[in-house]
Amino acid sequence: MGATVQENGADLELLRELRERFPGAGFAAEPAGQSPPTIWAPPEILPEVLRHLKSGAAQTYATLYDLTAVDERLRRHRPDQPAGDFTLAYHLLSLERNRELRVKTALAGEKPHTASIVDIWPAANWYEREAWDMFGIVFDGHPHLRRILLPPTWEGHPLRKEHPARATEMPPFQLPDAREVQEEEALKFRPEDWGIKRTHDDTDFLFLNVGPQHPGTHGLLRIVLELDGEVIVDAMPDIGFHHRGAEKMGERQTWHTYIPYTDRIDYLGGVLNNLPYVMAVERLAGIEVPERAQVIRVMLAELFRIASHLVWYGTFAQDVGTMSPVFYMFTDRERLFDIIAAICGDRMHPNWFRIGGVAQDLPRGWEELVRDFIAYLPARLKEYDRIVMQNRIFKGRTKGVGAYSLADAIEWGVTGPGLRACGLAWDLRKRRPYSGYEQFEFEIPTATTGDCYDRAQVRVAEIYQSLRIVGQCVDNMPAGPCKADHPLTTPPPRERTLHDIETLITHFLQAGWGPVMPPGEATAAVEGAKGINSYYLISDGGATPYRVRIRTPSFPHLQMIPLISRGSMIPDLLAILGSMDYVLADVDR
Amino acid sequence: MHSAPASLAIVFGVIIVALSIASGLIWLERRLLAVWQDRYGPNRVGPFGLLQVLADMIKIITKEDWVPPFADAAVFVLAPVAILVPVLLTFAVITYAPGIAVADLNIGLLFFLAMSSLTVYGVVLAGWASDSKYSLLGSMRAAAQMLSYEVFMSLSLMGVVMLAGSFDLKTIVDSQKDLWYIVPQLPGMLIFLMAGIAETRRLPFDLPEAEGELVAGFHSEYSGMKFALFFVEEYLGITLISILIAVLFLGGWQGPLLPPLLWLALKTLLFICFFILLRATFPRPRYDQLMSFGWKVMLPLSLLNLVITGGIVLATR
Repeated sequence: MGATVQENGADLELLRELRERFPGAGFAAEPAGQSPPTIWAPPEILPEVLRHLKSGAAQTYATLYDLTAVDERLRRHRPDQPAGDFTLAYHLLSLERNRELRVKTALAGEKPHTASIVDIWPAANWYEREAWDMFGIVFDGHPHLRRILLPPTWEGHPLRKEHPARATEMPPFQLPDAREVQEEEALKFRPEDWGIKRTHDDTDFLFLNVGPQHPGTHGLLRIVLELDGEVIVDAMPDIGFHHRGAEKMGERQTWHTYIPYTDRIDYLGGVLNNLPYVMAVERLAGIEVPERAQVIRVMLAELFRIASHLVWYGTFAQDVGTMSPVFYMFTDRERLFDIIAAICGDRMHPNWFRIGGVAQDLPRGWEELVRDFIAYLPARLKEYDRIVMQNRIFKGRTKGVGAYSLADAIEWGVTGPGLRACGLAWDLRKRRPYSGYEQFEFEIPTATTGDCYDRAQVRVAEIYQSLRIVGQCVDNMPAGPCKADHPLTTPPPRERTLHDIETLITHFLQAGWGPVMPPGEATAAVEGAKGINSYYLISDGGATPYRVRIRTPSFPHLQMIPLISRGSMIPDLLAILGSMDYVLADVDR
Repeated sequence: MHSAPASLAIVFGVIIVALSIASGLIWLERRLLAVWQDRYGPNRVGPFGLLQVLADMIKIITKEDWVPPFADAAVFVLAPVAILVPVLLTFAVITYAPGIAVADLNIGLLFFLAMSSLTVYGVVLAGWASDSKYSLLGSMRAAAQMLSYEVFMSLSLMGVVMLAGSFDLKTIVDSQKDLWYIVPQLPGMLIFLMAGIAETRRLPFDLPEAEGELVAGFHSEYSGMKFALFFVEEYLGITLISILIAVLFLGGWQGPLLPPLLWLALKTLLFICFFILLRATFPRPRYDQLMSFGWKVMLPLSLLNLVITGGIVLATR
């Protein structure tokens, strides 16, 4: 997200305000130009500072966008940063003012403690559990500080630097019967653990385990329902079954070889996931991406947005019981994948973006393929509108179901179609254009009530807008290189390798070890198919990232399930899950 | 009456034909759904994939006969039988063509209604005996749904009974010589059709199974041949409702040129395909929506139909 002069101005003003409000406390700011603007606050008063920033300050930030930690113990390059063993980073966002702020705090000690902010932002609940799970940071006052992504029996906190990153560094994995029993026992749901009573006024509640293997959960998700008849009294989502340690892997892959992993974060989004990562790396390296590469990126990103929305469309119809649409939409998606395969050579996870551009130029005849698809899809979409969106039973199942207000959406960090369905036309592509989106004409579809039907309507309308953008890409594809001419791009440029030994040596090292990024921090965000997806990268001047933080939209969305499903029925829960359009790989990473 | 060998031939003929139709429908449904969903469906085993059913049957028969350790074993085993027998019995009272019927019962229609009420026991027992939460929820839904839809299922047929002046299916067909009841009893037919879908628990009324929500509802825990019995029952139910619609509203075996049995088969097939088309088309309403639709819309409509038909019958007689 591009920093502007005004932002840094506001930043300094904010610092002055905070110093007045909390006299004697040591605040610090990171150098101007940091994006997002970053301030340091002492841990003792951090909750008050955050509370002030949320509701008391002259310029408030209503959304807790992200909360994460960094293990600083092995980091060498930290100029101007307060000393500490761990850093907590609270990423705040004001949708209204289109401003963001990162508040950092330095924690000391091997097992640091800090105060929980769940009472300020309920959305901090899962983020703090994640930070505890991954770093062992204890949040005092957290209602249920337990593991969230890893199994309850796990030992250690994987994102700490002393935890091994490779299987070969650990003893071979074994699952004897006794251990299996123990693991199963650990997964057993005990209502008492969550402060839930089994009975109420002569009513015995039924606890229903939905998932992790269930046809309606779209993957490995477990939701324990507390039921009174078929009415949901409460819901407890249990995530982590799809956790693959993507952030930890980032710390052992080179900058270049991590790109394929990003493809698989939101596995329906393909190169849409590459984009924030390569943009963050380019920001670290100071690479300007040539125009043609930007437009190719936009085109492929929008094609993948369509692909992702088509999958959602079909499976959502299936969630409310319509059997056929999913076949039609997968057929269309297959056509789309034909185009993507013709351009990138692979379908779902083409791993096509590179640091500084894209892997190759577009193949001959690509325009025709894309144009055919743009001409083909709208007629199909009209048909789907009749069989899905206009169906009266479908409307009955989705209208007024799973609604949340705009205030709730802002409070819980909802982004993407789920936010726009509440009536706020907030799209990162418009509000903070990246990769040249400011040059495209498109609209931001919105709806009003924020229920399941509205979320569906917004996504359907977005498919049309994406088609519009793709059409503009075809009509106005600029000429020129598809990769920046910069020594840190990957794979490194090799036109001159056989001309002089210096270039050959550089190329050899770059190709062998990968590029070495200058130390620093960079954040880049894109409007993904499901919401805002951002990468927070820290380089310690090595060939691998020091820390990779992936903020995914599905994570906060899933956290809202209890809030919006209480009081509805089991079939409503399925409609809610379908309308949210999450991907478990995107939640668990 | 027929001679004993002839009667036996008809009895076994009906059972064999009914069961083959039920298994044939598995193929038909998969192929038709495939056509409507832009795919091929089973087309490898035998001509047009016709032998796929046989292959499936061999597979399902040779599967392990497994009863979950937590289930109530005796009831668990009996439930599939309890659900299948009433449906099969109903085939006994239908007159397929002049002279082709197992039992020419003068209360045939009442017998059908009684038997269709019994199938709900099978569903509820299956869900209860499985001792699984999903099965329990499914059978709870089934009980409520089938009981409420039965109420106006019987009411919707009373118009036909009034016009024909009989519960005997043969008499009802004979009385449609000049005018099929689909004309005077169109509302009755539509209501019966919907109730029939609900009774056979087919989409959009497949809430007791609702695979996206309740995994497989009341038969989640069943496998092998016991599961197959539920499957067979579903297809027998579709066939039965389709035959009944043909008999009650479309003049049964009556029709020009073609032999009577073929006429009935054609009319039945039409409705079977309609059942399958419904499955390819509709989403599933929510449980409370289904119930309020039944009680607040269908029941008053069937009562109204009854009153109007009664009035006309009174006035014209």
